[in-house]
Amino acid sequence: MKQLWRTSPLTYIALVLAVLLSVYPFYYMFVIATRSLDAINSVPPPFSPGEAFGDNFQRVLDNDAANFVKGLVNSLVVSTVVTVGVVASGTLAGFAFAKLRFRGRNALLLAIVVTMMVPTQLGLIPLWGMMSDFGWQDSLRAVTIPFVVSAFGVFMMRQYATQAISDELIEAARVDGCSTIRIYWNVVLPALRPAAAVLGLLTFMDTWNQFLWPYAVLTPDNPTLQVSLAFLSYAYYTDYSQVFAATAVGTVPLLLVFLFFGRQIIGGIMEGAVKS
Amino acid sequence: MSLATPARPKHVAPPDPPRRRQSRTVRLARLDTKLSPYLYVAPFFILFGVFGLYPMIRTGWMSLHDWDLIGEHTFIGFDNYTALLGDEYFWNATVNTLGMFVVATVPQLILALFLANLLNRTRLRGRTFFRMAIFVPNITSVAAVGIVFAMLFQRDFGVVNWLLSGLGVDAIDWDAQRWSSWTAIALMVDWRWTGYNALILLAGMQAIPKDLYEAAAIDGAGQWRQFFRITLPMLTPTFVFVVILSTIGGLQLFTEPLVFGNGNMRGGTQREFQTLAMYMFEKGINSLNTAGYGAAIAFALFLMIAVVAVINFALVRRTVK
Repeated sequence: MKQLWRTSPLTYIALVLAVLLSVYPFYYMFVIATRSLDAINSVPPPFSPGEAFGDNFQRVLDNDAANFVKGLVNSLVVSTVVTVGVVASGTLAGFAFAKLRFRGRNALLLAIVVTMMVPTQLGLIPLWGMMSDFGWQDSLRAVTIPFVVSAFGVFMMRQYATQAISDELIEAARVDGCSTIRIYWNVVLPALRPAAAVLGLLTFMDTWNQFLWPYAVLTPDNPTLQVSLAFLSYAYYTDYSQVFAATAVGTVPLLLVFLFFGRQIIGGIMEGAVKS
Repeated sequence: MSLATPARPKHVAPPDPPRRRQSRTVRLARLDTKLSPYLYVAPFFILFGVFGLYPMIRTGWMSLHDWDLIGEHTFIGFDNYTALLGDEYFWNATVNTLGMFVVATVPQLILALFLANLLNRTRLRGRTFFRMAIFVPNITSVAAVGIVFAMLFQRDFGVVNWLLSGLGVDAIDWDAQRWSSWTAIALMVDWRWTGYNALILLAGMQAIPKDLYEAAAIDGAGQWRQFFRITLPMLTPTFVFVVILSTIGGLQLFTEPLVFGNGNMRGGTQREFQTLAMYMFEKGINSLNTAGYGAAIAFALFLMIAVVAVINFALVRRTVK
């Protein structure tokens, strides 16, 4: 009986092994990013960091084929705009679906759930054609405007609003003469804040990491970070230390976000899994 | 709803002008409750309609045409689909997609289940640390993962070949053969997703009532017996969810093989690891005048995902029950 509830050392060994496997590629990325080229092209491969990061990153900055810095700034702009859009549209619609009564509510909510299951690649080619028609090719509009709403965001906010906001609170606000938009601003938004923060973090990271679509519509002249990294790695695949210096710099912002908010992000993901 | 008309008797004051004003606010309030919900859901539906739904429908329409994305198009019925059936590159990409999906997903889910079970131990120390550490691969971009793994699997100076040489294995040219490229790509996918899936399964495990385990323990059921008799059956809904998500994501595999093969949309010199998504990109976007054919590939991929998702759903339900 007691035996069943004790955690055996084997459990820890297995978990530590999993942690090492999870973390090693990051460590390796920093090792290569801080090594000079000849140290990389040797046997055995290097296992400790070096001091060449400055040189390596200077080559990235001097390289105008991939526009790394522009990509970094672009990614920051795109991710921020998309995050604000998804959180705003998600909280608004989530509030409406959870707490307001209107004709067609259930049918529309069902439509949102269904759209979450449809693979995104299905509409890729026509959407690419639309971007040409609009003159949005190679413009940040193409990777921003179509993505400022998300079915997942609406659904997540709806689930949270249903249980986090009591109907009495909203009715009381109405009796006090609040308009619906005031209720949203003064009652709903503050109550949704924890979940909205998680949605914002998830959206930011997801947008930051997007690859296929930006790769389809952007060029190295005006890339996002990921597109810039890809072109850099294709063109300079023999200059590993340069490519890895760029990759490391592009990964650090997300590692920082995760370091500060990892607990909330994981909490949000695990909660979402049980509810849906 | 009834509260939207706050015309309580005591408010209906005798003087005339205030009363008119009030009836206007009442009308406004009513308009507000009627229209607001639609205004609030409108941004999502308008943008999704234009940039999500419309392109998806248009894919179906396009696939019935000989279509140039920046030029002419003519209706050709199901010709694209008949051509697809006789296209060896299409079947090659189908085999690669399904093959890599199986090679990546089966070990990944078993490992995730195992990890989740370890993390579910009641007296585990450092649980937040472990959870965060196994999740951290998921926050990296696929492009970065592709770059790092391509180097790990590099033929002459890569860490993997160096480790294998310690076991007496000759250097493997990982992107030159089908089995080796599939293995490397599957490992990339698994590295990024195993921890994520483990956390989702862990969430499902924690929703299982504790007294079931206590009762089983009193009856003398050991840890493994409890796992197979209680955890697995009770976990079915979460497991189905994970399997469906993995199916939708796994069959759309694109970035890992692309970056692994240095940006070659054909996925290796002999198309050893070209997936359906890559083939769709090659036909629909890299060469604009075959966009109709690309759309047919997109539609075929969509059907395949639907079929595989349904099969997986049925399989998981049957085996677990």
